[in-house]
Amino acid sequence: MASITLDTVGKIYPGGTRAVGDVSIDIADGEFIVLVGPSGCGKSTLLRMIAGLESISEGTVRIGDRVVNDVEPADRDIAMVFQNYALYPHMSVRDNLAYGLKNRRTPRAEIDRRVAEAAVILQIGPYLDRKPRALSGGQRQRVAMGRAIVREPAAFLFDEPLSNLDAKLRVTMRLEIKELQRRLRTTSIYVTHDQLEAMTLADRLVVLNAGRIEQIGTPLEVYRKPASTFVAGFIGSPAMNLISRRAVPHLPVAAQAGTIGIRPEDLSVAPDGPIEMEVLAVEELGAQRLVHGQTGGERLTVAMPSDAPLSDRLRLSYRLGSLHLFHPETGRRID
Amino acid sequence: MKRTIFRNQLLPWLLLAPQLAITFIFFLWPAAQAIRQSFLRQDAFGINTSFVGLANFRALWNSPEYLNSLQVTAVFAVMVTVLSMGFSLLLAVAVDRTIRSSNVYTTLLVWPYAVAPAVAGILWWFIFNPTIGIMPYVLGGIGYDWNHISSKSDALVLVVIASAWKQISYNFLFFVAGLQSIPASLREAAAIDGAGPVRRFFDITLPLLSPTTFFLLVVNIVYAMFDTFAVIDATTEGGPAQATNILVYKVYFDGFVGQNMGSSAAQSVVLMGIVILLTAIQFRYVEKKVAY
Repeated sequence: MASITLDTVGKIYPGGTRAVGDVSIDIADGEFIVLVGPSGCGKSTLLRMIAGLESISEGTVRIGDRVVNDVEPADRDIAMVFQNYALYPHMSVRDNLAYGLKNRRTPRAEIDRRVAEAAVILQIGPYLDRKPRALSGGQRQRVAMGRAIVREPAAFLFDEPLSNLDAKLRVTMRLEIKELQRRLRTTSIYVTHDQLEAMTLADRLVVLNAGRIEQIGTPLEVYRKPASTFVAGFIGSPAMNLISRRAVPHLPVAAQAGTIGIRPEDLSVAPDGPIEMEVLAVEELGAQRLVHGQTGGERLTVAMPSDAPLSDRLRLSYRLGSLHLFHPETGRRID
Repeated sequence: MKRTIFRNQLLPWLLLAPQLAITFIFFLWPAAQAIRQSFLRQDAFGINTSFVGLANFRALWNSPEYLNSLQVTAVFAVMVTVLSMGFSLLLAVAVDRTIRSSNVYTTLLVWPYAVAPAVAGILWWFIFNPTIGIMPYVLGGIGYDWNHISSKSDALVLVVIASAWKQISYNFLFFVAGLQSIPASLREAAAIDGAGPVRRFFDITLPLLSPTTFFLLVVNIVYAMFDTFAVIDATTEGGPAQATNILVYKVYFDGFVGQNMGSSAAQSVVLMGIVILLTAIQFRYVEKKVAY
């Protein structure tokens, strides 16, 4: 167990392309941190730099009190779960779990004890003597996690571990990972592009965009007070409406605001509402209904109960205090 | 895989006909001829041919020259296979590690495969020529007197190098392809699991490469036993003192130079039997161990 500190970390590839820049995060011992962002935002690169699979061009990475910039992956005391699981196909599940311990010359009895323990935790006992190819996706996922926990490392690193699973299994495994981390209290860094996964798993979220940090905060902080238009559009489903102030000139907001953000669930139909919307399309989700339309030339989405009345033109009002204001040039939040 | 259904019964046979014709005319028919001829004996002028049963085979079994050739072939095949596969694996690993996508380098390394065996033989014959060659000169500098014309071991080394060299490029291609199909994340996972580069190679890379290795093993042994005829013919002609007279060369020499067709045919039947047996053993026993 250990804290992890990133101090102005950057990655520049040969040829000058900058993948990651100026990333500083303090991760407390036992914390579950999720790095989230669209593909190509540098989140996987950042994780691989912490793991030691990519060199660190700038800044320092500290695991515990030790600067690990020039430490081999094997000596960083971390375990990683890969997107494609990276199970050794020619070894049985038992040997897959034991491989890292054998390399570290762990005594035989200790290896057996830890493998048995992991098998109980992850319910993979019956499959210990099978080869990975004889397992289902979910079982492989568990073995990959087992390989991480037998090592009893200072930190777990997860690189989009659920993206190869079907939607239903993903929800189950998400919960299992969360419970497991709660139980083991091992510092974890988890990379995903799925904002729902990020929200549900994280103690704290790190939202990345184009190799830089947009915002760090608990899921609710990020949801309630997105620091920029990027975060506002990325976190939350359906996405927050971001409309130009010119489209709704009569709303009473601060003069310096350029963009106004309103979450679809904060809008509701009201006969005397200040916003008039022309309805273009309706999506029925069962419990609620998403109504897409436009106002003043800007797209707008409203989430409403599925029994709310519909017509071609709707008047909308918003929940008091639910408007998010952003600076016209920088896109940063204005409070 | 896509499965095509032909309505016409004749069309599939028509499409297969060219390949079947080639197989029949150039492989099955000569093989059948060899088997037939191995039971016959011709007189010195080729006028009378008589059926002699297994006499040709019995003569081989009692011939010290033939038994020597068997032994030479075994040593030769093992040496060629180990040398060409070992060296090409080394090159392939180097390419895989450093320049993952350098096609130029890979293409250049493939060139030797396009060289005809006889030309490869001549090439190495020049390089190792005791009078004018560069290698005997270099070896002379470190006090070794190279002469494959009089030394049996020198001659064997020469034909092994010449034969292995030609096969290296072929093996290299397959090894590179095999290495590139191993996901990088496996090696990364092993690195995190505390395995150093050497350990990773033996624990992860080599086992995952085993289907390729197995395939190349079969190909190389067959190559060493059959296709090296031209190399031998262009360099040592089986000498000195039978030291490089491998089975396939002896078949040619006894049949087309010595004009002993019956014995030559019997030898080629034995050779065919040996290769069939080796390949069958490899597929039956070795392949079971490489499947993961």
